[in-house]
Amino acid sequence: MKWRDILDRESVLAPLLLLPVVLYVLFFVGFPFIMSFVYSFSNITVGNPDFKFIGISNFTDLIQDRIFLKSLANTFIFTFVSIGLVVILSHILAEILIREFKGKWIVRFLVMMPWTAPIALGTIGYLWFLDSLFSPIDWLLRRLGLLGKPGAVLGPMSNMYWLGIPELAMASVILVHVWRLLPLGTVILIAGINSIPKEITEAAQVDGAGYFRRLFHINIPLLFPVIGVTVLFSTLFTFTDMTVVWVLTKGGPPSHSTQVLASLAFLKGIQGGDLAQGAAIALFFFPVLAGLAAIVLRLAKKAVVI
Amino acid sequence: MAKVELIGVKKYFGHVKAVDGVDLVIKDGEFVVLLGPSGSGKTTLMRLFAGLERPTEGKIIIDGEVVNEMPPRLRGIAMVFQSYALYPHKTVFKNIAFPLMVEGLAREDIKKKVEWAAGLLAIGHLLERLPSQVSGGERQRVAIARALVRRPKVLLMDEPLSNLDAKVRHTAREELKLFQREIGVTTVYVTHDQTEAMGLGDRIAVMNEGVIRQIGVPDDIYHEPANIFVAGFVGVPPMNFIDHDSVILGFRPETFLPSELIPSKDLIRFGFKVERVENLGSYRLCYGIIGKSKVISNLSLRYPVKEGEEYDFSVRVEDVRYFDKKNGNRIER
Repeated sequence: MKWRDILDRESVLAPLLLLPVVLYVLFFVGFPFIMSFVYSFSNITVGNPDFKFIGISNFTDLIQDRIFLKSLANTFIFTFVSIGLVVILSHILAEILIREFKGKWIVRFLVMMPWTAPIALGTIGYLWFLDSLFSPIDWLLRRLGLLGKPGAVLGPMSNMYWLGIPELAMASVILVHVWRLLPLGTVILIAGINSIPKEITEAAQVDGAGYFRRLFHINIPLLFPVIGVTVLFSTLFTFTDMTVVWVLTKGGPPSHSTQVLASLAFLKGIQGGDLAQGAAIALFFFPVLAGLAAIVLRLAKKAVVI
Repeated sequence: MAKVELIGVKKYFGHVKAVDGVDLVIKDGEFVVLLGPSGSGKTTLMRLFAGLERPTEGKIIIDGEVVNEMPPRLRGIAMVFQSYALYPHKTVFKNIAFPLMVEGLAREDIKKKVEWAAGLLAIGHLLERLPSQVSGGERQRVAIARALVRRPKVLLMDEPLSNLDAKVRHTAREELKLFQREIGVTTVYVTHDQTEAMGLGDRIAVMNEGVIRQIGVPDDIYHEPANIFVAGFVGVPPMNFIDHDSVILGFRPETFLPSELIPSKDLIRFGFKVERVENLGSYRLCYGIIGKSKVISNLSLRYPVKEGEEYDFSVRVEDVRYFDKKNGNRIER
């Protein structure tokens, strides 16, 4: 039998084509996941790799750890504020981008750009924007007279110290994260809006509904599955992401004002060398996130039907 | 209820002349059918009535008021879409109630009116269901109820029967005509199905290439076509055409019969070579040729015809229509 004849057989070709992805998932997703699962029940560290099973004490320790609880709270603030902004802003952008207007391509280009730039690189750009001394935003504010003069609205000091003040640092992290999630939300919502039959919108128009009534009574209810997908996808991305936090603040300013679970796990497990604690932090919300992922998949199916 | 008027209405999409100069007056309470092949501009014309498109030129007048720049919701029109366009997430009740809710009517008034419309269309038992839970025919009734519940001045219908299966379509057509008479609302109805047009319309406007080729009562459209387009478009099978010098002779298949069966003296006789006979139960369609022209005879009588043989067929002189070969217009003789 010739090679090509063997390759034509589905029982040979199918496993062959699946093999790379299966191997990838096994080695780069499955293996680390199982290892971290095992580690989280041990007392393993970088310095002392002897494995000793210690039950769930890593997890019970966490619940009593002030820094962990702070990171947990930060993670929730970071996630929910980001998602809220992403849903609202991406809907507005989608409504703009489904229309025809002059210069649409450049708007679309600008909206999609964060998605094409490497996250770390884009975030470094923001790092400069938010610099404590040379921030162009501060410069603009000073020029507008809002900052750096006695009696100015934003205070007499010469800089805002965006990443140095706890509340401002959290706001900065959230805004940069929203900036990078927006393209995803926008693309999903554009697809969703385009899948609503034109006749339904026109029927509502003829029935006398103005723009906002159509939006809230017809479009948004019909977009519910799609918005659900956007929310859950972004939640998963946000909950498990540490890039923006790490590049901008490394979890600071002290103490741990913008620390989130992902960055804390990295800090403890990799930088601090306590692999067991790091694994426990990373896995803490695994059940919740797995549940969310399951809902995403179901919703995505439903959204396709509509 | 209202009179609707179009004066020199044009609608261009770039270089495409979708509607290219239409004058039309629809009387109060009249049922006018816009009939034409796809791409003839009939749907665009209806969308102009509705306000979903703005005319490039001309005036649209509803109830004595120029509505060119008026948005759909101020025009007092209602529309039934081809796909019905029901709101999939709202119950039948809420679908019908939507236009009233938009108007800001009180809850009890809405309920009363919805029940009136639902009663009219015999869908009272479906009010709590979702559109996906009712049949195609019922969906269409819901769409009509939603259109009627506001008591519109003008009711627009865009091929509302085309998504129904053949049996339901027949009864739906009858009912549609009955309650349009009952309510007496001015109705514009778009279709490419001439059976619907003949059965429903008080008057039919036959459209092609963005203009109205003829407007008249169904009888005139069928028997006195104004040009070759109307003659060829209306009627199944279409009118037979035979080239003769500078004119074209046209006659309907059911008037083209064996000479001996026509009790008249003023006949035009032809040698008709039958090529194929199609037996359709109550009548037969005989496809054949006269000279070089392909013609059809619609034979409902028992008369023996065989494929491949030539017969002596005739048309009464009064049943023949003449058309100008150059511009296709009707010539009186």
